[in-house]
Amino acid sequence: MNEHPHVPLLTLDTLWFQVAGTICNIACTHCFISCSPKNHSHEMLTLADVENRLAEAKALGVRDYYFTGGEPFMNRDLLPMLEATLKQGPATVLTNGMLLRKEVCGRLREMADRSDCSLDIRVSLDGFDRETHDAIRGPGVWDRVMIGLRNLAEAGINPVITVTEAADGVRTEQGRRRFLELIRAWGFSKPRLKILPLFRIGAEEKRTRAYEDWERLTTPVLTDHDAEVLQCSSSRMVTSKGVFVCPILIETPEARMGDTIGETLRPFQLRYGACHTCWVEGVSCRT
Amino acid sequence: MTTRLAFLGGIYSNYHALRAALDDIDRRGVDATYFLGDLGAFGPFPDRVPELLIERGIRGIQGNYEESLSSGATDCNCGYTDPRDNFYAQISYDYTAERTSAPYKRWMGELPKSIRLEIGGLRVLLSHGSPRKINEFLWRSTSPEPFLNRICDEHGADVILCTHSGLHWHKQIGPRRHVVNVGVIGRPANDGRTNVWYTMLTAGGDGLDVEFIPIDYDHAALAREMRNEKLPEEFIETIETGWWTTCLEILPAKERAASRF
Repeated sequence: MNEHPHVPLLTLDTLWFQVAGTICNIACTHCFISCSPKNHSHEMLTLADVENRLAEAKALGVRDYYFTGGEPFMNRDLLPMLEATLKQGPATVLTNGMLLRKEVCGRLREMADRSDCSLDIRVSLDGFDRETHDAIRGPGVWDRVMIGLRNLAEAGINPVITVTEAADGVRTEQGRRRFLELIRAWGFSKPRLKILPLFRIGAEEKRTRAYEDWERLTTPVLTDHDAEVLQCSSSRMVTSKGVFVCPILIETPEARMGDTIGETLRPFQLRYGACHTCWVEGVSCRT
Repeated sequence: MTTRLAFLGGIYSNYHALRAALDDIDRRGVDATYFLGDLGAFGPFPDRVPELLIERGIRGIQGNYEESLSSGATDCNCGYTDPRDNFYAQISYDYTAERTSAPYKRWMGELPKSIRLEIGGLRVLLSHGSPRKINEFLWRSTSPEPFLNRICDEHGADVILCTHSGLHWHKQIGPRRHVVNVGVIGRPANDGRTNVWYTMLTAGGDGLDVEFIPIDYDHAALAREMRNEKLPEEFIETIETGWWTTCLEILPAKERAASRF
């Protein structure tokens, strides 16, 4: 059946790097790509991989760059990669916050100060406290993140705290306020918070449930205005296996669109449950 | 031959600053003055800005505010993503929508979305947010050169002018290529100073000169009127201190780091 809409690539503004592959120092029970210390489905990117795609992105006029994994700080070349990136555009790193040592935070601050572009660090949390967070992320994680956040605060870096809806009640006004208060208490006087829905794929499929058949997009045609809301109309994702349509579908072979960015400048058919979540929730993985 | 043009970014109902800026422009002498949209928002008595612009014969383009007000939309379509920003944006919009008279709303609907000019052999494009989207925020730290070059290419422009974000900046990205956010005269530039900014372009023999001009105005009078109108104390604090207190979650990391709140 060919009833699912195609989303055009309206503009290529954002390039993602799956910089740590699916390799992570923890194994969250809600991870949509089941990252773990042993998951080598996507390998780490090398500095040369990133530099090659940066050169291509520069010629295409890409606006901003995101680094994710797995845990990006497990990639030993992350800092030189960010340095190279910040010469041509703003960069954001999505991290679990466990490897934010003092020296690392100091270097991030130096890099941010030297560049004309913004550098953002996004730290993931999944609850208001140790108990709820560690239930998703594993024992001892909360305490290590708190050290990482302290190091960021001392370096004068104001992170964006990203919370998934696995944290009960975070979407409510009260939950949001509670989170903002927590972030203030950790030493960030200008608290920044982003809330993301869950994708029912990967580990999350086992934690809660898989997508049902009805959770698919069936509008035959999207207007440009509709398409604009979807991040696949303006971004692509580089992994060790090639360039994919978005950061979510990297374990879907059909979502691999080419070896280079240039090969992926075409529409994509929204056939997947995750596409339904993006559409219904208006999700953007961007900050 | 030299051409001098003045550009006014978001006015946000700050008719005190508008009057001061227009007087300053008259003193300096220009070939023409343009406004780039968002005539209403944080300030009081939204009819006074269109009244003044029409009276002085100033041409300009729609911002998202004029688009929303003229089409009867229920919100400003400012493009914020954080609930804290949207909360205050809605207060502004509801106040403005209720008090903007129907003839001015119609006039807003007739404004163009963009204007093209040619000065000193340069193709200049006036836009509100960006040439591609009325409510796009072009911040200095997230508008790198390769991206700006592409936007200039895609829109056949040597010089792109925009406003919407509230902070002025200029990047020269080639010998004859410029992108300028002209800033706003509606609220201060989040730098702890109460003045606002407009932009002067001078095109002559050696290309383009871009000058940001600070404007002092009677901000105490504006604050008094806002208080009488029962507008949020947060908006008034910004006028009195020069620091943004609302609609700032949208700021990128670098601009936020330089911000007090």
